[in-house]
Amino acid sequence: MAPNTGSLAPLDITRAPEGGEIGPIQSGWRLALREFAQNRLAVVGLGILAFFVLFSFVGPLLYHGNYLTSDLLSTNLAPGGGHPLGTSNQGYDELALIMNGGQAALEVGFFAAAIAITIGALWGAVSGLLGGIVDAALMRVVDVFLAIPFLFIVLIVAVRYGASVLSLSLIIGGFSWLVPARLVRGEVLSLRERDFVSAARVAGSGQWRLISRHLLPNAFGVVIVNVTFQVADAILAIAALGFLGFGLHWPHQDWGDLLSNGVSYMQDGYWWQIYPVGACIVLVVMACNLVGDALRDSLDVRLRRR
Amino acid sequence: MIGYIARRLGTAVVVVLGVSIFIFALLHAIYPSPAIDVLGPRANTFTIAAYNKQYGYDNPWIVQYLTYLGHLLQGNLGFSVKFNQSVVSLFQERWVRSAYLSGITLVLSVVIAIPLGVYQAVRRNTAGDYVATSLAFTVYAMPVFFLGLILIQVFSLDLHWFGFEASQSNSTLTIIGDWHDMALPIATLTLLTIASFSRYMRSTAMDVLAQDYIKVARAKGLPERLVLSRHLLRNACLPMVTLIGLSIPLLLAGNLITETLFNYNGLGLLFFNSLQNVDYNVLLAYTLIGAALTVVGNLVADIALTVADPRIRLA
Repeated sequence: MAPNTGSLAPLDITRAPEGGEIGPIQSGWRLALREFAQNRLAVVGLGILAFFVLFSFVGPLLYHGNYLTSDLLSTNLAPGGGHPLGTSNQGYDELALIMNGGQAALEVGFFAAAIAITIGALWGAVSGLLGGIVDAALMRVVDVFLAIPFLFIVLIVAVRYGASVLSLSLIIGGFSWLVPARLVRGEVLSLRERDFVSAARVAGSGQWRLISRHLLPNAFGVVIVNVTFQVADAILAIAALGFLGFGLHWPHQDWGDLLSNGVSYMQDGYWWQIYPVGACIVLVVMACNLVGDALRDSLDVRLRRR
Repeated sequence: MIGYIARRLGTAVVVVLGVSIFIFALLHAIYPSPAIDVLGPRANTFTIAAYNKQYGYDNPWIVQYLTYLGHLLQGNLGFSVKFNQSVVSLFQERWVRSAYLSGITLVLSVVIAIPLGVYQAVRRNTAGDYVATSLAFTVYAMPVFFLGLILIQVFSLDLHWFGFEASQSNSTLTIIGDWHDMALPIATLTLLTIASFSRYMRSTAMDVLAQDYIKVARAKGLPERLVLSRHLLRNACLPMVTLIGLSIPLLLAGNLITETLFNYNGLGLLFFNSLQNVDYNVLLAYTLIGAALTVVGNLVADIALTVADPRIRLA
């Protein structure tokens, strides 16, 4: 990770116009936004994400497929005739199931990322700002959590508590704040030596105000890039939990659940129970990664085109 | 160097101890006692209390933890309620199979990803690079099990080249020889690992290509083949040393899902079965081993990098 990703402000000065001609000074964020918009893949990624948000949350309002009551007369139907993506082994409509599962995936993805980022940013900021023995203790805790294999610990807790979107988000988010904590700490370590932080201190800012008003907003670049990867990882994690059978409880289903149902019928050639769902997972995760990569490039001053 | 290694080992021990305290406390909070799993759902409170007393589950958790730690130091990982067997013997039967799957995956991934990344960097922005990059990007976004399912569909159900279930043999030699059944599990994990390795390899190779010593090597008329093999490859491989050391959590998680998908009787499948039965001595032991492997992987990677790269000095 680039050490100076979040420090965009000084860039404005370098763009000061010469020879009396005064142009509009663009802020660091506007530059970053322009850079982002010029990255075609990133726009495609955002488009895919927007599509899936609409598909999962608005889709069910427009398309009323049955995903709640089993219908034994219409099990395992091939796509067509009222079921655009066929039906499952219980007679549920696959398209409606995928929309429903998409809600769970996106909700868990964003909640978990929000939880991870909140804990991580605060942890890292406190650690970096206070330094000394507090820093050492907080970072050893991070070391301990980082050593625990993520999937293992998430599975162990999810077996008992993984019944709902909220609990799954808490579990996944609760074990994935370590990387953001390290990133924010690194950022804060360099920020706290800067003049504006000294100025804030002299002006009488308390520690909390320093963190919330001065350090975190300036570390925002690092955080926002990490959020996108967190969302992708959380969606993969909930898919893995669902596939292994430790995900949401009925009537909520996630994409991993659907895939694992489809696997039983692979040899019968019921492809519509596997590939559409799988493609959804891959597309959403890929879209998050595309957006994340582009954000990283556009916020990294050194990589910026002039 | 010796001092550095000693200090890092000390930190590693502290971290693993911390992990053991955390996981033990967590599991203890989630599953206070296996009494109901052992005695059955209709056991009355007296028998449960007697069971807890007999096996020490009514002690404060710190006492239970210290007992566990004492046993751990003697190489005793506890007893599996479900298999009615000691955890150590369960692991002894299975660890070779998981180690084989992970080991061959790691070797194949490194052997394929390094030349692939170098090729992509040298031929950057050509059709070949675009194809490889997009494939890697797609696989990188793929859940392990979905990748495995696609491979099963294509190579087992459609083409009938390989089996859809991993080798069920108890003998490691038979498993190693059984390409028909082992090809797909190995391919699943390998593709996944290559996707993540080749991305790093491509970007480090591109960084190295921009260095002055590459320009010097070319300017003095060294054949391109030697520039690539002597100057580019050797320098671009350095970050791979770290990456391999850090890939242990990826491999452990991959093993868990691959072994479950292909019904391969290793530690990952054992962990999955133990989850269903809340066989928590197994869960605790494997998570601890995973954490220890992760810590050791980091340590070995750091030391190996200083051996491989004389510019790095340890203090």
